Amino acid sequence: MTTDILIFGQLTDITRQSKLQANDMPDTDALLAWLKAGYPALESAKFVVAVNGQVIQQNATLSAGATVALLPPFSGG
Amino acid sequence: MNQDLSYERYHRQVILPGFGEQGQRQLADAHVLVIGAGGLGCPALQYLVAAGVGHVGIADDDVVSLSNLHRQVLYTTDDIGKKKAEVAAQKLQQLNPGVVFTTYTERWQQQHCLDFFGAYDIIVDGTDNFATRYLINDACVLLNKPLVYGAVSQFEGQVAVFNASLPDGSRSVNYRHLFPQPPKADEIRNCAEAGVLGVLPGIIGMMQATEVIKLITGIGQPLVNQLLTYDALRQTVFTVALPPATAQAQGVPVDTGAFLQTNYEWLCGVMLDASLEISFGELKQMPHETYLLVDVRERHEQPRLTGFERIEIPMAELETNWDVMEGRQVIFICQSGKRSMQAALRLKEKFPEGEVYSVRGGVGGMMNGELGIRNEE
Repeated sequence: MTTDILIFGQLTDITRQSKLQANDMPDTDALLAWLKAGYPALESAKFVVAVNGQVIQQNATLSAGATVALLPPFSGG
Repeated sequence: MNQDLSYERYHRQVILPGFGEQGQRQLADAHVLVIGAGGLGCPALQYLVAAGVGHVGIADDDVVSLSNLHRQVLYTTDDIGKKKAEVAAQKLQQLNPGVVFTTYTERWQQQHCLDFFGAYDIIVDGTDNFATRYLINDACVLLNKPLVYGAVSQFEGQVAVFNASLPDGSRSVNYRHLFPQPPKADEIRNCAEAGVLGVLPGIIGMMQATEVIKLITGIGQPLVNQLLTYDALRQTVFTVALPPATAQAQGVPVDTGAFLQTNYEWLCGVMLDASLEISFGELKQMPHETYLLVDVRERHEQPRLTGFERIEIPMAELETNWDVMEGRQVIFICQSGKRSMQAALRLKEKFPEGEVYSVRGGVGGMMNGELGIRNEE
């Protein structure tokens, strides 16, 4: 089971790419732990997490083919 | 409003289904305040004024500079050095003489919200920094004003309608529901540091104007409880739904008294210790064997600094590299002087006895100085 991960804004400075894939992630907590292990700078970055287009406020189960987005705040104007 | 003139002027939108003369009247009666007449504010203002919003406030304390012109297309080369709010009002008045303008040329602060928000129906955030964005959001929550938010970063932009009045009398989510606390100053770079594609704020500012027109006339579905992200490189729009607000957002001051007491610059970590700043000229005078020059920019940021011995430690890696700086005279440099100041303050915290400096204006300021360009914040 794969999960697509979309990375927005300057979080791509950390991940170096705007799309990632993860395998066999049961929920968003597991996915975020996996991401932070691979990209430690994500630990201190601010962003909200959306699963299939819905921003979540707590751990959410990931079904097959889920898309997770990491959305940071932008400041420019 | 001159009815004969306006009939022809607004004809193409008045004939739209669902818009009609009523929509046009609603626009004419509306009071909209645009804070920031820059990359986002200019296009928002141009289309709101063209559409016939009757009363428009323009707030900006800045002057037009050359590096604004690739995206702030309301201004021309002849306007460099002039107050943006005043130039904007003058040009927009020519675009639509029927609109009444109010300009605010002081730096926008808490008291301005309390003094002036009451006169407006909708606030448009066209600012370029987190301190003012949080300040405006909190004021909109406390004073019950809908806020049309827009922001850009390199090739991407965000748009949302915050704190809109809902049919049940409650308010939609605001910026603090999404991001309760501001990021640190060194975490997210602004346009001067990270760059921005010129057309991008144009597109996002126009999306903000679209949301304002929808809110005023009631057509369509405004981006309430939603956050839209536009990606110019892929021409894609990604909209996420935000969970409806069930409680007041964390971090919003409890009342206007607490709001006035809040130090937004401190909250956003943009404090600065001027005694730690040196100019680029001063750096050049210093004997290079005595100091350690640390470039805290990301490794891909341009232009690279040449002619100076230096080490590169991006901000995110500082915490694991303090040992190389211990006991040295350290000079930090970045693109604009903002991140290097945060680095200097952190090193000072770490080694209070150490000698540490930040290069004012950074590499961007140095380039501008050599090219004879006024340094831009």
